[in-house]
Amino acid sequence: MHMSERTGHKTVPLADDWNPDMVRQDVAALQHEPGAVLPILHAIQNRIGYVPDGAVPIIAEMLQQTRADIHGVISFYHHFRTRPAGSNILEVCRAEACQARGGRTLEHHVQEKLGVGYHQTTADNEFTLEPVYCLGNCACGPSIRLNDEIIGRVTPQSFDELADKLTTSVLKLK
Amino acid sequence: MTITIYVPCDTTALSLGADQVAKELLYAAAAQHLDINLVRNGSRGLFWLEPLVEVRTPYGRVAYGPVKPEHVEELVAAGLFEGSPDHSLYLGDIAQHPYLQQQQRLTFARIGITDPVCIEDYIAHGGFAGLKKAAALTPQGIVDEVKASGLRGRGGAAFPAGIKWQTVLDEPHNQQKYVVCNADEGDSGTFADRLVMECDPYMLIEGMTIAGLAVGATLGFIYVRSEYLLSKRMLDEAIHRAEAQGYLGDNVCGNGRTFRLEVRLGAGAYICGEETSLLESLEGKRGLVRSKPPLPAIKGLFGQPTVVNNVLSLAAVPYILAHGSKAYADYGMGRSLGTLPIQLAGNIKQGGLIELAFGVTLRKVLEDFGDGTFTGRPMKAVQVGGPLMAYMPESQWDTPMDYEAFAKLGAGIGHGGVVVFDDTVDMGEQASFAMEFCAVESCGKCTPCRIGSVRGVEVIGRIRAGENRDSNLELLEDLCETMVDGSLCAMGGMTPFPVQSVMKHFPEDLMASPHPVEA
Repeated sequence: MHMSERTGHKTVPLADDWNPDMVRQDVAALQHEPGAVLPILHAIQNRIGYVPDGAVPIIAEMLQQTRADIHGVISFYHHFRTRPAGSNILEVCRAEACQARGGRTLEHHVQEKLGVGYHQTTADNEFTLEPVYCLGNCACGPSIRLNDEIIGRVTPQSFDELADKLTTSVLKLK
Repeated sequence: MTITIYVPCDTTALSLGADQVAKELLYAAAAQHLDINLVRNGSRGLFWLEPLVEVRTPYGRVAYGPVKPEHVEELVAAGLFEGSPDHSLYLGDIAQHPYLQQQQRLTFARIGITDPVCIEDYIAHGGFAGLKKAAALTPQGIVDEVKASGLRGRGGAAFPAGIKWQTVLDEPHNQQKYVVCNADEGDSGTFADRLVMECDPYMLIEGMTIAGLAVGATLGFIYVRSEYLLSKRMLDEAIHRAEAQGYLGDNVCGNGRTFRLEVRLGAGAYICGEETSLLESLEGKRGLVRSKPPLPAIKGLFGQPTVVNNVLSLAAVPYILAHGSKAYADYGMGRSLGTLPIQLAGNIKQGGLIELAFGVTLRKVLEDFGDGTFTGRPMKAVQVGGPLMAYMPESQWDTPMDYEAFAKLGAGIGHGGVVVFDDTVDMGEQASFAMEFCAVESCGKCTPCRIGSVRGVEVIGRIRAGENRDSNLELLEDLCETMVDGSLCAMGGMTPFPVQSVMKHFPEDLMASPHPVEA
C-alpha cells in the first residue's frame, strides 16, 4: 500500500476546548434512553476528545445518580479517557494473533520510536499511544489503529514511514 | 456497456489499502472513458488475497488478488476490465476457488457476493425467507424449529439456543422481554462476528427479529465492541433501511407484531463479552459480572426475561427457518450439529473464514486451507477458541472439531478462532501473557480472578528466572486450580487453561529464561 496515502483522520479537538453546555446538550439528547450512561459518555468523548472531570457532576445531576456512579463507569472502561489525547491516537494490538506475526517486536519498536510507553503522549503532542486487545484483523497482523483507521501487516519499517509522514516536527529518537 | 467491478469494504480489505485500490480503478476507468459500476462488496473471507478485485464477466466473477494500489495500472493494461487472464494476480472465477469450494457455507453463503447494505441484493440471495416463514408460525413453532436444528450457542458456551429461547418464551407474556446480541467479539483470532456485521448485516437483523417473534420480545440491542466502529456503521444503516421496508418496526412482515433494534457501543472491556457483564454495561453500569442464578433468560436486561445470543448463533437462525431444522442438523457430528465458522488466523499463509460442518480435523484446517505458516517455518502450537483456551501441540491436531472431543482434551472450540504460532514462539511468554491479559481485563468482582491473575504473572516470572522452580511450579498449579474452581465467571475460571496447557505440553519453554525482545 502507499503508506504516503495514510494520514488517518485527526478527529480529536484541542484540549480545554469544552464548556458545561456541551455536556448538558449531550446528556439531554440521550438521557431518556434506557441505560443511557455509556451512550452519553461516548457522545461527550466524541465531541470533546475526552470526558473532563468537570463533566462528571453535570452528568450525575442530570441523571440523578451519584458522582461516584458516573466516575465508576468512566474508570471501568479502557476506552474512556479523562485527559486530552495527542493529535493522533495510536493503538497497537497486543493480542495473540498479532503476537504470532511479530506483534511484540512491533510494540517495542513503536515505543522506542515514539519515546513513550502505553497511555502516554509524545512530548510534541502528536501521538497518544494505547494498547488494544484485538482489532478483528487477525489473519493480517500485526495490526494498529490510527484514529479510526485500522492498518494491517505493519512492520517496523512501514510504521516509521507512517509516523514520519504524520509528524510535523522531528521526533526525538532514543 | 457498463463494467461491474467489486472492491471489498470490510476491515481487513481496508486495512490493506482497498479504498486506494478502488480510487485507482476509478481513475484508470475514467482515463479510458469506460463506464464502470464500482460495487463495494463484503469480503469473501479469503484474507491473504485481500484486496480482492472482481470483475463481472459472462464466465462468472473473475478475481485478481492481492491487489495493491500500485498494481492497478499494470492490471488495467493487462486487461483487468475485460477479465483477462494475462496477469500473475489473476485467479479466475472466484466462486470456483478451492478455498471456497471445500467449504459448507450456510451462514456465510452471501458474504463477499453482495453489497452489504443493499437490501435488494440481500433479498435476491435468499434474504428474509426465514423471517417470512417465521412470521407465519406461532412463537412455539419457531422455538421448536430452532430446538430441532440442534443449534448451540456459538459464543463459546455451546448452550442449546432453543432451550434458552423456550425459557424466555415460557415467562409470563404481559411484560417487556428483550433480545440482546452479544457482538463483543474480543477473542484474539476471531473475526466471524465482524464479517457478519460488516458484510451481511441484514442476516443478523433477520435472526434477531425471528428471535423477537419467537419469545415475544419487542426490542433488541446489539452490543458491539467499540473497536468495531465499521460494524456499527453498517448495522445502523441496515437497520434504518430494514425499518423503511417493513422488516423491522410496528408491523414486522405484515404480521402485526413489533420488533425494533438498537446498536449500542461497548467501551473497550473484554469482560463485557461475558453475558451478565454485558447486561450490566447495557444498563449503563460498570461491567461487573452477576452471579447466576437468576439466569438472564428469567431476569436479564433491566431485570426482564432476555435472550442473550452471540452474533453467529443469531446469524444461523435465518437459514434454519428458511430451509428447515433438518437441513441444518444434517451437518455436523454427535451433539455438535450444523456448521462451525472457523477463523484461521495468526502466523498462517492462507488465513480467513472457513465454514465447515463440525467434525473436520484441526490438521485439515491448518494444512489444506492454511497451507502452512506465513513465515514458512514449522508450526509449533495452535490456540483454538480465544485467549482463555488451551495451546494445542501437534499431537492433538488430529482431533475432530467438535465441542465434546475438544472438551475431552481440556481444550475448547470457543468462538472458533484458530491462532497459529511458528517454532519461534516462546510458550513461557504466552503463559505469562494469559495471566497478564486477565489482570488487565478482570472486572475485579471476585478475588481468584482479580488477585490470582496478578500473582500468576509473578509466579511465572519467578519460574522463568529459575527461583525455587519446583516449589513455584507447585504454587502455579495450585493457583490455577483455585482460579478454575473459585472464579465467578469464565474470565478467571478459564485463564488457567492456556497456562496449564503450556505446563503440560511445553514445559521446556516455561523453564527457559525469557528472550529479550528486539525492537
